[in-house]
Amino acid sequence: MDDAVLIAALAGLIGTAGHVATGALSPIPMAAAMLARRRSGGRMRVTVLGSRRSNRFTDGAKELFDCAAQGRLDVFFLSGAQIDGEANINLLSVGDYARPTQRFSGSFGAPYLYMLVPRVILFRPGHDRRALVPRVDFVSAPGWSAPEVYRPGGPAALVTGRCVFDWRRAERRFALRSVHPGETAAGVRAATGFDYSEPDAVAQTELPDAALRAEISDVVARDVAETYPQFAATFGGQGFDGAAQGARPAL
Amino acid sequence: MTVSLDTLVARIPDGAMLVVPADYSGVAVAATRALIARGVRGLHLLAAPTSGIQADLLIAAGCVATMEAAGVTLGEFGTAPAFNAAVRAGNIRMLDSTCPAIHAALNAAEKGLPFIPLRGLIGSDVLRHRPDWRVMQNPFAEAPDPIVLLPALRPDVALFHAAAADREGNVWVGRRRELAVMAHAARRTLVTVERVLETCFFDREELVAGVLPALYVEAVAVAERGAWPLGIDEAYAPDAAALARYAAGTLFPARLAA
Repeated sequence: MDDAVLIAALAGLIGTAGHVATGALSPIPMAAAMLARRRSGGRMRVTVLGSRRSNRFTDGAKELFDCAAQGRLDVFFLSGAQIDGEANINLLSVGDYARPTQRFSGSFGAPYLYMLVPRVILFRPGHDRRALVPRVDFVSAPGWSAPEVYRPGGPAALVTGRCVFDWRRAERRFALRSVHPGETAAGVRAATGFDYSEPDAVAQTELPDAALRAEISDVVARDVAETYPQFAATFGGQGFDGAAQGARPAL
Repeated sequence: MTVSLDTLVARIPDGAMLVVPADYSGVAVAATRALIARGVRGLHLLAAPTSGIQADLLIAAGCVATMEAAGVTLGEFGTAPAFNAAVRAGNIRMLDSTCPAIHAALNAAEKGLPFIPLRGLIGSDVLRHRPDWRVMQNPFAEAPDPIVLLPALRPDVALFHAAAADREGNVWVGRRRELAVMAHAARRTLVTVERVLETCFFDREELVAGVLPALYVEAVAVAERGAWPLGIDEAYAPDAAALARYAAGTLFPARLAA
């Protein structure tokens, strides 16, 4: 897996947001947010949980959540051990809830932030039928809500190690936007356990050129290393253990 | 005011609801090991809002009856082994929560409120598995507007580690305001510190906003490197090699299992 492709794709999805936050164990989203901030000429605010330098909160651990409820946070990243075709995410367990066959860390802030942050980008490097399922075993946070439920936020896109999906809110389904270099639309279909829309001609995710790769390496060294020294030390080497990392929650 | 570590943890009774902070916020690991050595049983361990090695040590030693948390993890070192095994085996009662719910329920307790509303959560299985949480119609809205109500969380004891206390027992928490919330919400607060300074923080105006007043603190014990193998903002970073050894099961003998 080419981390630079993922970082560039995520930065493109962030676009021109005013305030982006990344959760725990999210080195690739953090790198993408820092890249997007550079492109904004430094105007974008980026809050990184787990960082001291890139975290300007002073009101304790609750401040991120209050900030989201106040509408002061535009983009956040979440993941899932399982994600289904209705954009439900599962960060908790596989199998029966009371006696799970697999237990993960927990749902963290997802049941709240997924509903309150306007654009949540799902990031799940490991892409196979165990991860992208017809129906999650446990709904840590739902992909959509009934109209009477207060919900200014929700999913915007899903980025995996194989492709980029857009979330189509009105249709309540994903649509394939692009496949990463080396992947095919048929390969994505075979590796995905849920149905989704697909255009007749599927684009390829941008392959970063040498200049962009150099910029990404610089972002990782300057901005990401403080919070994720292990990631920064191995960046550009053997790639990224997507299956293991993807099972961990983004917050 | 300053007591020994053993005297400090003797104030945590069996069956207590014990609230502890997340790994980044000053975890009293030395006190936790003393608590395990004294053989505490039946704890309702409340992570505010997540926990790692501290919860795992207590669960491995059979000290925990109920675990309440938004997440239990060793972070980049992987899943918490004793916690995961206990949940899969059904050996502890697990109250799965979410970070803002724990923060809000502690905010309710520090205001003396019986409950607090919180946005989000509707449609989550976290809510579905919490019969102690309620959904009601917003009484101020004319249109349908369901909202979640959470009962206040009022822990018996709060336990955390900080860089320093002063001679009056005021505790420096800096930007870690969640520690102050825990102390306000809990009936009793026990703190370990790296050192006690011969000063009064209230004489230094620039420090005051980062101080938890002695009003909320029942006892302080000195425990140098008391968060190890976790870190403390002002003093030392987490010990990555030791945490990796913990995850591999080789840091403490049999993980202090009872």
